[in-house]
Amino acid sequence: MHEFSIASAVVDTAVKFASGRKVNVVTVRCGRLRQVVPDSLEFAFGILSRETVCEGARLEIEDVPARLRCNECEREFEITLPVFRCRACDTANVDVVGGEELEVDTIDVVEEAQCTA
Amino acid sequence: VHRVKVRVVEDALDANNTIARANRDDFDRHGVTVLNIMSAPGAGKTTLLERLLNPSHPPIGDLRVGVLEGDVQGSLDADRLAHLHVPVTQLETGNGFGGECHLDANMVRSALPSIPLDDIDLLIIENVGNLVCPAEFHVGEDARIMVASVAEGDDKPGKYPLMFRTCELVVVNKIDLLEHTDFSMERFDGFLDAVHPGVERMRVSARTGEGVDALRAWLARLPDRAGAPA
Repeated sequence: MHEFSIASAVVDTAVKFASGRKVNVVTVRCGRLRQVVPDSLEFAFGILSRETVCEGARLEIEDVPARLRCNECEREFEITLPVFRCRACDTANVDVVGGEELEVDTIDVVEEAQCTA
Repeated sequence: VHRVKVRVVEDALDANNTIARANRDDFDRHGVTVLNIMSAPGAGKTTLLERLLNPSHPPIGDLRVGVLEGDVQGSLDADRLAHLHVPVTQLETGNGFGGECHLDANMVRSALPSIPLDDIDLLIIENVGNLVCPAEFHVGEDARIMVASVAEGDDKPGKYPLMFRTCELVVVNKIDLLEHTDFSMERFDGFLDAVHPGVERMRVSARTGEGVDALRAWLARLPDRAGAPA
């Protein structure tokens, strides 16, 4: 469900950075901990980008794995289940170092050639 | 005509977070501590509020409390709270047939003029019942509570980790139903410990009132912990 709200935020961000230029591609980095369903996000983006400079643009979603860093044994590792403990020493003293991203990374825009001479 | 790649690197929810900070500044300026209560539909948020704010029960410290109801449809919840003698502001996210699945910072911002900020110390925001979306959207709160209920089953922290990770207190409601269900508190705590190790937790029954005093005490301490001006 939240894919629609997120897609709306993605469109707004892309439109802001496009400054009126036509957008062909929007790339989004999406951490696995954000529980975003890529197909739903694409679907919502397709609808919400209508009548904006993003209309017809392709949404590329980069899936970012969830990673923890242990503050005690200093290991860093990927997790595939929601268990926020160190795999090696079992401490809960860990930091999430990947997987919480939800950011518009780049947009590809079409720029009219300008004569600066 | 040529193609250019523009580097953006901006949090997609940056706009929401900016408005949330503005809300927070306004709340701070009025010395109001804000609590965001989240849960699945039917977990008992409104019943819990009725129990917490019932004038025949002890007050929440010396705090003057206000409620912002983020109901999807109509004013059913606000009507239930109307007799509690606390200011209740209804924030409708729908048009009578259901609406948004969560509150965002802008919706709360739109409600600010209707909230008597000078007359309250604690604003309790009852979010829309949902186990995914509200976690993404900060609204300017100081703290978040997640209400889970026995009737939902003991596996919910494992299924909705984002929700259980972004709160400071997990309240397990409807413990009066424990004996009638297969809910295992040990299993629930196990999932919760995996998802959010060490998070504070309470067990209550909004229906019988069991455990609610502890929650009242937790709320009474919230302004000090949140560091809001007195």
